[in-house]
Amino acid sequence: MLAEEQKSVLHSGTPTEKQARRSMLLTALYIAQEQHGYLTKEALRRVAERLGLPLNDVYSTASFYSLYRMETAGRYAIQVCDGLSCHLAGGADTLTDYIRQELGIEVGETTPDGLFTLQTVECVASCGTSPALRINDELYENMTPDKVDRLLDQLAGR
Amino acid sequence: MAFERILLRNVGRPNSEKIDTYLEHGGYQALRKTLHEYTSEDLIEMLKKSGLRGRGGAGFPAGLKWSFMPKDSDVTKYVCVNTDEGEPGTFKDRLLVERDPHSVIEGAIIASYAVGAHRAFVYIRGEFFLGVKRWMKAIDDAYARGFLGKDILGSGFDLDLSVHRGAGAYICGEETAMLESLEGKRGEPRLKPPYPAQVGLWGQPTLVHNVETLACVPHIVLRGPEWFASIGTEESKGPKIFCVSGDVQRPGNYELPLGTTLREIIYEHAGGIKGGRKLKAIVPGGASTPMLTSEHLDVPMAFETLSKAGSMLGTGGITTMDEDACIVDAALRLTRFFAHESCGKCTPCRVGTQRLMGILQRIEDGHGREGDINRLLGLCHGIMGHTFCPMGDAAVNPTLSSIKHFREEYEYHIEHHRCLAPLQ
Repeated sequence: MLAEEQKSVLHSGTPTEKQARRSMLLTALYIAQEQHGYLTKEALRRVAERLGLPLNDVYSTASFYSLYRMETAGRYAIQVCDGLSCHLAGGADTLTDYIRQELGIEVGETTPDGLFTLQTVECVASCGTSPALRINDELYENMTPDKVDRLLDQLAGR
Repeated sequence: MAFERILLRNVGRPNSEKIDTYLEHGGYQALRKTLHEYTSEDLIEMLKKSGLRGRGGAGFPAGLKWSFMPKDSDVTKYVCVNTDEGEPGTFKDRLLVERDPHSVIEGAIIASYAVGAHRAFVYIRGEFFLGVKRWMKAIDDAYARGFLGKDILGSGFDLDLSVHRGAGAYICGEETAMLESLEGKRGEPRLKPPYPAQVGLWGQPTLVHNVETLACVPHIVLRGPEWFASIGTEESKGPKIFCVSGDVQRPGNYELPLGTTLREIIYEHAGGIKGGRKLKAIVPGGASTPMLTSEHLDVPMAFETLSKAGSMLGTGGITTMDEDACIVDAALRLTRFFAHESCGKCTPCRVGTQRLMGILQRIEDGHGREGDINRLLGLCHGIMGHTFCPMGDAAVNPTLSSIKHFREEYEYHIEHHRCLAPLQ
């Protein structure tokens, strides 16, 4: 799903070749991240090489955006929405605390088996169906500790 | 009488995201009419007459924005569809893109034709995984049916549209930061002027519109600007999707005329406050807009009336808090969001939001010090108006407005080292 998005930029002909290459950076970083689940030094170096950009520039850009990881993460990244609406719906803190206890990890940590990483994130635009959380590419809405239980069991059993 | 659904007319239908569903219900008729009957000038005039103002937060008149684009046909121009919805309390653009992407595409094509752009981009928030898929499928289908590409519907007009996925940065919803991000850079806002209509993407004139704004365009073309302008108030025309969340019975998206009162939206449409509790505070248009109280329930949700009430329409994302909510906690959460999302370019915003957060945190934790309220106010005035982009002004709003309306709660926290609100 990632690779197709920006290819056409290259063919539009209007930006210079250098500008067009630069505009591929976000997509290139996504692709590079898919390989190991995070951006390794080697991956950053290869992106820089392929796009003809200085490594520090590539690193600077990657570090600006929260969806790029610079460290290894669990197979499932659980991201609990920390927004005001999710909090008011009785969610953000309750869910985070519940998952912390269930998995025995703090926010930002990964379980020893490498399965789950727990994170809190800013508003995921699900305020009408709050509380919400995301696991990798999937959004889960109207969450409760019970639903979290089932979800964790299901993912751990895979 | 229930208000007719205009922007949300398709979202409840089965397979609403499919091009056939859209076509069955009059989709792309406005584009056909545009390409065969109207000139660029006609469309700009029509938009101006309709009174449509931007739905992304700033509320700039759309027709005026179109008219600022240079008319020379040999200048390369771009159109960008801003799908970087991330304003806390707002979830309307996600709905439109996931459930009715063709209505936005049709608006984008008409806008591109009106300003003479042959290249358009969708900038979508990196977290909208389903939205990315829906956008890409919809664009593919629009190409296959001849609504995009070369010689659209035999009119001689060419337009290419592609999706660019962001990577998690609220600030990229700000139009110049979005352009930087489209260029593959850190999403740091540019100094304005020049505005994107003069110097935008790769230095070329660029029209940037929010998803909901573009979704209004086909309706204006088909039903006429007079019809559109007949909905709403003096300065706020047309339908608006209001996102209601927080302590209401029925959170959700409600499409109503601009000018509908907060009372009607919260109590009639969203079912009132849960458990029969009292309403305490309202953030009327997303986290960037100043808080209001239950005394403002009769304020119409329109640009001019909210501004008079000391707030803003913003995105129309209404967050409600009941009597049990702790205002300091709410201000802290909203401020933490801005501190986290500050891009770091301007010192007042980068450092100021961290300081605001620190003081709010210690007040909330019961360690507030005498003079903290003035410290907060001083910081707010140091940030406001001293940043490249409007985020600095937005970041102080939760603090300023909550102190304005609920100062006694801050004082109580500082004096008694705990919350005034029950259950805390």
